[in-house]
Amino acid sequence: MKGKSSLKKITGMPLFMPIVCLLAVLLINVITTPGFFKISINNGVLYGYIIDVINRSSELVILAVGMTLVTAASGGQDISVGAVMAVSAAICCQILSGGAASVTAYQNPVILAVIAALLGATLCGAFNGALVAKLNIQPMVATLILFTAGRGIAQLVTNGQITYVRVGSYKVLGGYLGKCPIPTPIFAAVLVIIIIYLILNKTALGLYIESVGINATASRLVGLNSTMIKFLAYVICGLLAGVAGLIASSRIYSADANNIGLNLEMDAILAVALGGNVLGGGKFSLMGSVIGAYTIQALTTTLYAMNVSADQLPVYKAIVVIVIVTLQSPVFKKAMKNLRTKTAGKKTAVEGGRQ
Amino acid sequence: MKKTALNKRRLNTSTWLLIITILLFLVMYVAGMVVFKDKGFAKPQMFLNLFISNAGLLVIAMGQTIVMITGGIDISVGSVTALVCMVAANQMENHGGSAYTAILLALTIGLLFGVVQGFLVSYLNIQPFIVTLAGMFFGRGLTAIVSTQMISIKNATFLSWANHKIFLPIGTYSKRGKFLPAYIYPTVVIALIVLVIVILVMKYTKFGRSVYAIGGNATSAMMMGLDVKRTKFKAYVLDGFLAGLGGFLFCLNSCAGFVEQAKGFEMDAISSAVIGGTLLSGGVGLPIGTLFGVLIKGSISSLITTQGTLSSWWVRIVLSALLCFFIVLQSVLASMKKKKK
Repeated sequence: MKGKSSLKKITGMPLFMPIVCLLAVLLINVITTPGFFKISINNGVLYGYIIDVINRSSELVILAVGMTLVTAASGGQDISVGAVMAVSAAICCQILSGGAASVTAYQNPVILAVIAALLGATLCGAFNGALVAKLNIQPMVATLILFTAGRGIAQLVTNGQITYVRVGSYKVLGGYLGKCPIPTPIFAAVLVIIIIYLILNKTALGLYIESVGINATASRLVGLNSTMIKFLAYVICGLLAGVAGLIASSRIYSADANNIGLNLEMDAILAVALGGNVLGGGKFSLMGSVIGAYTIQALTTTLYAMNVSADQLPVYKAIVVIVIVTLQSPVFKKAMKNLRTKTAGKKTAVEGGRQ
Repeated sequence: MKKTALNKRRLNTSTWLLIITILLFLVMYVAGMVVFKDKGFAKPQMFLNLFISNAGLLVIAMGQTIVMITGGIDISVGSVTALVCMVAANQMENHGGSAYTAILLALTIGLLFGVVQGFLVSYLNIQPFIVTLAGMFFGRGLTAIVSTQMISIKNATFLSWANHKIFLPIGTYSKRGKFLPAYIYPTVVIALIVLVIVILVMKYTKFGRSVYAIGGNATSAMMMGLDVKRTKFKAYVLDGFLAGLGGFLFCLNSCAGFVEQAKGFEMDAISSAVIGGTLLSGGVGLPIGTLFGVLIKGSISSLITTQGTLSSWWVRIVLSALLCFFIVLQSVLASMKKKKK
């Protein structure tokens, strides 16, 4: 009896499911790819599957952090994050290249380009936030506007071309910092996690977001500015999407409006769901989403290793999403509970009959 | 007494939105006729081309309108269209199938999407947006699994359907005085039949009235004795069916299947419905308004292509801006209504 309750305690922990999912994916990898955990040093940088997974998932982790806040505060998701990434990358590269299609030297200071890019992304977030918080429009519909217009705006910024910035220092953010063997995106992701974690835990913002997500009207009656908090969640999400866009653009040292952040909105939502967060808003777990994001990248790498093409990936992810939300749905939970009590009831009835 | 007042108010919102939409379309089209007169914008064929190139979209937007009136949304329609085109093309070109089985396949795919998504939304109570977003990625991925290559359709029966011109007794005279009759394709006839059926269903059947009731207030609809889940399910099934049919009409127009096809179609369908006066929160909307939404979308594309120098991205951007404008307008109207109360 005692063993059962401690088991329940472990399974009841908020991070239990995300970690189990991650372990399951890793286990599959260990079986299919023998050298999965092997880490070696090639040309002075760390090299190996696991490093690749952590490196590649950096953008997703950053997006997932923003998406978690949006989900928690408004009970909806921001599907424009992929497009916002493209916008931010386009602004940054266009300023750095000064309008040319390909440059080998900066035409404008980097700091100006980065600030402008992040400002643009934040503005996108503010636009979404205004529609959702001020005008009470369903989050997904509101963000649908930028979801489709965003890539068009990015195309306009770059004049419909792919802008290349072939400068060594531009590749740092998506590559390696000096002689450091660890890829820079990993640092960026960790830094973002730490900053947001501190903001949420050292200030009351985390609590406010949860409260607004659970019941916006009640929160307003208590005296919270629920409109402002929702708005802020979207602004942060936009800013983080901008950061992710810069990393993605630095990886390929160019702004490809059609492909940067493509299909990432789905992955970010999936990460939030995998992290054990309820997609309807309210209580949230930042770390759960982060683990979820790593799980998804591990899954993606696994599928690539199994020769699934990039175009076909969404099928498997869509199935995973549907399974997760089905398991989360109250109707399903209730049905399972009924089933359990029914079988338990049968058992006692049988036992009672024997006596 | 009270009931008539309530009816009047509801009618007000939707008629207001409809009037704004029709005016917008007329202003846009007349402006196009004036500005691009020398490029043939004033010819009747130009107007009919709006229907020809948007027949598939019109059918899909009809399904979307029904789902949106229940308070839901379906963003999988674009990828259903791509999947339908790809499967039809693949089956006719690579597996020796006929054009008839292509129709059957298209409708089956649409129905399956409708049934599964409808079940998840109505019986498991999962947010429609999440379900159909997954459906969107599922459809797009499945399209890539069928084939990553572009398949153009050369099936004779299929092409004879696609190119069968139906001439109308209106038209223009060429410079030599020869009468050039305007024409449409069979797809337009089918789309208009669907439009009429949907208008009748929404106005005169129990199902149609239940859809409005559920969108207005699901709880009170349930208390009135309506089977909310079943009606919602039916709406999604119908929507899926229309998405399959619309996808096939789109295929007749494009005569090809490829992975990137109909990208952003869901946006076109949703914005057509919204611009046509369907409230995103559900309960209000008229299929005829959606027709004007589709026509506005078509006019924007043809204005931008006729203009010539603007890139095709402008269509999406202008459409998004219009969608945004109408969403804000609806929100303002709704809050005004609340204040009146």
